[in-house]
Amino acid sequence: MARTVSTRTRIGFTALAWIVALLLFSPILWTILTAFKTEAEAIASRPTFFPETFTLENFGAVQDRSDYIKHAINSILVSVGSTLLGLAIGIPAAWAMAFAPTKRTKDVLMWMLSTKMMPAVGVLIPIYLIFRDLRLLDTVHGLTLIMTLINLPIIIWMLYTYFKEIPVDILEAARMDGAELWNEIVHVLVPMAVPGIASTLLLNVILAWNEAFWTITLTSGRAGTLTAFISSFSSPQGLFLAKLSAASLLAIAPILLMGWFSQKQLVRGLTFGAVK
Amino acid sequence: MGSISLSHVNKSFGDVQVIPDISLDINDGEFVVFVGPSGCGKSTLLRLIAGLEDTTSGTILLDGQDMTKAPPARRGLAMVFQSYALYPHMTVRDNIAFPLKMAKASKEVIDQKVEYAARTLNLSSYLDRRPRALSGGQRQRVAIGRAIVREPKAFLFDEPLSNLDAALRVNMRLEITELHQQLKTTMIYVTHDQVEAMTMADRIVVLNAGNVEQFGSPLDLYKKPANRFVAGFIGSPKMNFVDGPEAAKHNAHSIGVRPEHFKLSRDNVPGTWKGKVGVAEQLGSDTFLHVHVGGLGLMTIRTDGDQTFAHGDEVYLTPDQTRIYKFDAAGKAI
Ligand SMILES: Nc1ncnc2c1ncn2[C@@H]1O[C@H](COP(=O)(O)OP(=O)(O)O)[C@@H](O)[C@H]1O
Ligand SMILES: [Mg+2]
Repeated sequence: MARTVSTRTRIGFTALAWIVALLLFSPILWTILTAFKTEAEAIASRPTFFPETFTLENFGAVQDRSDYIKHAINSILVSVGSTLLGLAIGIPAAWAMAFAPTKRTKDVLMWMLSTKMMPAVGVLIPIYLIFRDLRLLDTVHGLTLIMTLINLPIIIWMLYTYFKEIPVDILEAARMDGAELWNEIVHVLVPMAVPGIASTLLLNVILAWNEAFWTITLTSGRAGTLTAFISSFSSPQGLFLAKLSAASLLAIAPILLMGWFSQKQLVRGLTFGAVK
Repeated sequence: MGSISLSHVNKSFGDVQVIPDISLDINDGEFVVFVGPSGCGKSTLLRLIAGLEDTTSGTILLDGQDMTKAPPARRGLAMVFQSYALYPHMTVRDNIAFPLKMAKASKEVIDQKVEYAARTLNLSSYLDRRPRALSGGQRQRVAIGRAIVREPKAFLFDEPLSNLDAALRVNMRLEITELHQQLKTTMIYVTHDQVEAMTMADRIVVLNAGNVEQFGSPLDLYKKPANRFVAGFIGSPKMNFVDGPEAAKHNAHSIGVRPEHFKLSRDNVPGTWKGKVGVAEQLGSDTFLHVHVGGLGLMTIRTDGDQTFAHGDEVYLTPDQTRIYKFDAAGKAI
């Protein structure tokens, strides 16, 4: 039986949905608009909505001061690198937990997740000291390593959930067909889990891209990522609101675009288990 | 070659002992069926042979070689699963070719063997489809094709037909039997259906609660069941059992008479069992009568399809004296 919804209720809810969506989006919209204003207009006591004098000079100034390109490359290296490294470790780990579990597998999974509940500052000092002694401070590979470790529990959990959906019969058939472990994973498990692996990859690239705590504390000039880049503009030296906006826009644009183009894949992957 | 030999194989899952102690010798080229009620350990036994489960103790020899600890990929056996277990992301061609690719066969060899298997199994026009686009029977053929191409020492089937409809099941049963006659490779076939067991097997292993009740040819099991369990499991409809004084007349704890071993009449003959017809199931060729016999309970009788007994009729049953099975108190045949 179809539910009958009156036109008025429908219009009401549609309007409400738009209002909520716009409210959530408004800070980002405001940042975008401010990035194209002059500094004077940005802090004017009677704020304008659209820029009165449309300018691109903020972007030029930002690049001149802090080298956007370098930070962007670091962000790409760290987020993609840590995710690929995480998948290389996570796929075999999730295979073992999903298809060759022991009595303790559930406990290990819970323990891994519990490390995510701990506040990062709790391990700041030891990690900092380890990084200092291993000369990993302010290096891209050091940052990639720590980002891999931070996101590994999520990667393994996500992959584990997806792998659980795969009928074990099919992997057993591969074993009977003469596939050694490596071939079973590469030729059978991974192709069947592509949607799940893709959304794990996307989500973890986004998480690593947006991570600010470790990127800011473990880098200074050389290995800084875009989050370090933005924070360098929120200094108390002066209120460069337009430049800060331009920097923020530059930092979030790549990931926004990526999220936009992959949203179908993300939703499909995240609901993989829910709707078969 | 493909002889399989189990000696004192035991399998426990944690504290639960599923297979206490099985020893079996299967000859090269034999078609052996494992049959038994659901949950009796047929699949577990097959998976032990395949290497998909590890034995708790005991040894498994393939062609005289100890393979107890070998991984499935090294045992050289092929398996057909109940769920077909085809690779959903590969075409039919790639599914069939997969074992050959794993064995690093050359492209020409792969193409030639895949074509041959496809022709044998009537799959030639489906080679570029995905399994999803095939019917159940076709999927089962692909699974068989995938097993054939690697020329295994033995084929293992785990209830391969139970997802098919009845008519298709009879067809595939014949095809698998023909395949065996053609390839002459050892086959082990697991089923809970005693009709499949009787029609396909050279020899049948009857399993019950993880124990081998009897191992013999279909007619052996039918004519000389080792115990009451086998007698009741083999044959359809089921054998009728009678305990008490009627069995004591034959110096047995219980006796069994198959439905097809009765003489039936409407006239009272001395020494017969008198009963009343409950349900008459008419199949055309045969009629199965379920007869309530005073003091002995419900008996199933098989008569030819022209008999016109109906509900409520009084009948007199004479068991064929030469075909009465006798069992002792422990259920062993005497
Ligand atoms: N992986 C397992 N863990 C625990 N018990 C199992 C496992 N596999 C099978 N069993 C148990 O072993 C018994 C035999 O199972 P199975 O061999 O599948 O029976 P069948 O194939 O004859 O129906 C069942 O009681 C089942 O619950
Ligand atoms: Mg089974």
